[in-house]
Amino acid sequence: MAEATANGLGQHALHATHAHDAQAAATTDTHQEHPIKLYLVVWAWLFILSTCSYLVDYFGIHGYLRWSLILIFMMLKAGLIVAVFMHMAWERLAMMYAIILPPILVLVFVTMMVFEADYTLLTRIAFFGPGP
Amino acid sequence: MAETTMTHTSQMEPRPAGWRGIAADWASDQRAFKNVSWGKAMMWIFLLSDTFIFGCFLLSYMTARMSTRVPWPNPSEVFALRIGGSEIPLILIAIMTFVLISSSGTMAMAVNFGYRHDRRKTAILMLLTAALGATFVGMQAFEWTKLITEGVRPWGNPWGAAQFGSCFFMITGFHGTHVTIGVIFLIIVARKVWRGDFDIGRPGFFTSRRGRYENVEIMGLYWHFVDLVWVFIFAFFYLW
Repeated sequence: MAEATANGLGQHALHATHAHDAQAAATTDTHQEHPIKLYLVVWAWLFILSTCSYLVDYFGIHGYLRWSLILIFMMLKAGLIVAVFMHMAWERLAMMYAIILPPILVLVFVTMMVFEADYTLLTRIAFFGPGP
Repeated sequence: MAETTMTHTSQMEPRPAGWRGIAADWASDQRAFKNVSWGKAMMWIFLLSDTFIFGCFLLSYMTARMSTRVPWPNPSEVFALRIGGSEIPLILIAIMTFVLISSSGTMAMAVNFGYRHDRRKTAILMLLTAALGATFVGMQAFEWTKLITEGVRPWGNPWGAAQFGSCFFMITGFHGTHVTIGVIFLIIVARKVWRGDFDIGRPGFFTSRRGRYENVEIMGLYWHFVDLVWVFIFAFFYLW
C-alpha cells in the first residue's frame, strides 16, 4: 500500500505537466503551482490589514467599533493565509469542510464559557463585593 | 501491504463538484481526500488538533478575563516601548507581526520554487524564513525579559488582574515553542533541498523513505499555521 501511494504520487510529480492537460478540473493532483505575483499581492494585503489592526489600537478606538474592526481584520487575514498561502482555495470541498468546519464548532464552546464566566463573575461579586 | 487497490486519482473519471462532491468523496469504502497525499492530509489533521489546543488556551483566557472583578491590565500600555522619548503603544508586537507575516510570504515562495525544482532559490527562501522565525523568537524573548523585570508573574502583576501573567506566559510561550520547532524543521528541510535529496530520492534519516518536493509544501503548511495562530493571538490578547 505504501508503495502504491509513493508510486502514484511520484508519477504525478514527474508528469505534472501532462497530468494537468489530461485531467479534468475536479481531479488535479496535489501539485500546486501559481504565479509568484499572487503571493506578493496576498503578502501586501496582509501587511495592509496588519497595519490597519495596529492603527485601531494606535488611535485608541474603543467600544463595539474597536471589537468589530479587530474581528474583521483578523478574519480577513486568517482567510487570506488559509485560502492562498495554505492553498485551501484549490482543494476539493470534502477537504475544506473536514478541516474548516470543526474549528467553527468551537464557537459552541465559546458560548458555553461566556455563560459560565458571567455566572462566576456574578458569584464573585455576590461574595466578595464589586471589586477593588 | 496487500491492499494495492487504492483509488488512483489520475485514472478516475471526473468527480462531481459541490455538495454532491462531498457526499461522493465521503461515501463508502474509498479514501476521502481524493487529490491530497497522506502526508498533506495528516499535516492538516495535526493542524486541526493544534487549532483545538490554541482554541482552548484562548477560551480559558476569555473565561479568566470575563470572570474577574479586578480590571484587566491595558495591553496597549503594558506592551508599549519608549522610543525616542515617547511611548509608542504595542510597537514591538506590531513589528513581530510584520516579521512573521514576511516569513509566511517567503515560505509561500519557497514552496512555489520547490515545485519548479529550483533547489537554490527554495533553500535560500526557506533559510530566510527560518531567520525571520528566529528573529521573532528573539523579540519574544526580549518581551518576556522586559515583562518579567517589570514584575509580571504567572500569579500576579503590578497593574491588575492576576490571571494576566498566567494567560500571557501560557499562550505566547506555547506559540513561541511552535515557532522554535518550525525553525528547526525549516533548517532540516532546507538542508535536504540544498543537497538535492528530493531529486535523487535519498532516504530520510528518520523514516528511511524517499522525500518529494511536496515535503516543502507540508513544511509550509505548518509554518503558515504558526502565522495563523499569531493572527488570533494578536487580535484577542494584544488588541482586545
